[in-house]
Amino acid sequence: MTTRLERGVTYGILTLFAVIALTPVAGILSTAFGSPDSLDTGFSLPEGGLHWSNFTDAWSRGHFGTYLGNSVLVTAVVVAATTVLAVLAAYAFGVMRFPGSTVLFYLFVIGLTLPQEALVVPLYFDLRWAGLTDTYWALILPQTAQSLAFGVFWMRTYFRGSARAVIEAARIDGANTWTTLWRVLVPMGRPAISTMVVITFMWTWNEFLMALVMVSDEAHRTVPLGLAFFQGQHSSDASLLAAASVLIALPVVVVYVALQRRFIEGMLGGAVKE
Amino acid sequence: MKRRLAALRSGHRRQAPGEPRAVGYLYVLPALAVYAVFLLYPFGQSVWLSFVHWDGLGVATPAGFDNYRDLFRDPSLRAPFAHALLLLLFYSALPVAIGLLLAAVMSRVRVRGMTFFRTVLFLPQVLALIVVGVAWRSILAPDGLLNDTLRAVGLGSLARPWLGDYTWALPAVGVVGTWVGTGLCMILFLAGAQRIPRELYEAARMDGAGPVREFLTVTLPGLRPQIAVALTLTIIAGLRNFDLIYITTSGGPGNATSVPAYEVYHRAFETNQVGSAAAVGVALTVLIFVLTVTVSRLVEGRRS
Repeated sequence: MTTRLERGVTYGILTLFAVIALTPVAGILSTAFGSPDSLDTGFSLPEGGLHWSNFTDAWSRGHFGTYLGNSVLVTAVVVAATTVLAVLAAYAFGVMRFPGSTVLFYLFVIGLTLPQEALVVPLYFDLRWAGLTDTYWALILPQTAQSLAFGVFWMRTYFRGSARAVIEAARIDGANTWTTLWRVLVPMGRPAISTMVVITFMWTWNEFLMALVMVSDEAHRTVPLGLAFFQGQHSSDASLLAAASVLIALPVVVVYVALQRRFIEGMLGGAVKE
Repeated sequence: MKRRLAALRSGHRRQAPGEPRAVGYLYVLPALAVYAVFLLYPFGQSVWLSFVHWDGLGVATPAGFDNYRDLFRDPSLRAPFAHALLLLLFYSALPVAIGLLLAAVMSRVRVRGMTFFRTVLFLPQVLALIVVGVAWRSILAPDGLLNDTLRAVGLGSLARPWLGDYTWALPAVGVVGTWVGTGLCMILFLAGAQRIPRELYEAARMDGAGPVREFLTVTLPGLRPQIAVALTLTIIAGLRNFDLIYITTSGGPGNATSVPAYEVYHRAFETNQVGSAAAVGVALTVLIFVLTVTVSRLVEGRRS
């Protein structure tokens, strides 16, 4: 039923918007590989081959090695903690009934729309009082709490949908609730869990406001915070800034390209099922 | 024998997964503890702080509703909320409109290579907003790509330092938000449109419906759930846009691009008006709740 014209228009539109989506990315890449002395802000192919030196510069002069290490540590702990805690809680919400479970579950759902801006001010004063600002804890604990809202909500949907018959069969085989969860439901739920993991990974890796407020010493800076300070100090050094941006974006983009379905599914909250 | 079977069955029932179990609390407890201490409790404190005057160091004094009254009276607080609502046109309305328009054009074609297009179009959503900000700063810079292009096509008189211009800084930041949100909307609507039964389109055409009518009577109603999701996600993202503002304009020039999310940070940590900052944060929360509930009521038809 579709005419050749319709096909042409469709692909034309898709290509146009793909180009628009990629233009800023291409700009950053060409600047990052460009000559460090060039004042040109990009979009021309780098002269004289690719300049990897911008990356080594960002790594050593910009201390991005340290920042990346901090980001990896914080992200790993937040993702691990969120996964374990969310799976446990969602399991209870999904397959057990106990008084108050609905109210408790909705408490978690509220967190999906609660903006960080409404938490960060008291959190800063609380953690400073506890002597935890300028430590990894000040980044890990609040971000774990915020990720739990999504994690619990997402995993409960999985446990709700997991076949009752499977749970029943495990119980008849003598498995208690704990063994049923870890031996049966978690292995079966690997797709749902990996979606939660990649989304939490991305949010934590990209998080800026929490880091800006909680960290003032350089030793605990994460990469987004490092880039913001970098821009303040070296705003004229476009190629260094661009190289640093690439270093920040690369880990998420690599995982995204490999697992794009999981990303999109998670970010649209299960609204699109294919 | 029969009785024993029945007893057995009811014994099973008592342990069946759907039945009340105290052990559920144990599973929920660890998550709830972290969540309560680092999310629910701070939110409660924000509400409390919004009713006091406090500079972050000395003693807090009761403020009654002063901080909230200021949201309406103080022009430097009214402006950020006005900006946020205006930005929602760019962050939410425009991406949804563009997405719908394109979905309308494209819904009849089965696209090959959709995985590629989906990956590229959705890409802006996964980049750190700090990185997005850095990239767009260089595009919107006085000698950046946008001005270079304008000069190259003979429209040099339109070139200006976009982010430093009192009139244009806000729309310029808005365009960045449109860039971030459009791909998400397109993907949502395309996926949704593919699930609208073909027969509906064929029936519409048999009835002599043109493209516009077809869009209004088939595509649009069929995409209701997706529109609700798109609006909700983009509204929440648009009102939580601290990172982008911080990195591109820091609320400037003057306070031309100041938004509530930025104002919370600015007041709490730069000008020591902690009570006022908390009130802005709580008001922002209320705004998000009201808008998302309204969207699900209006678009999904009271099924929230």
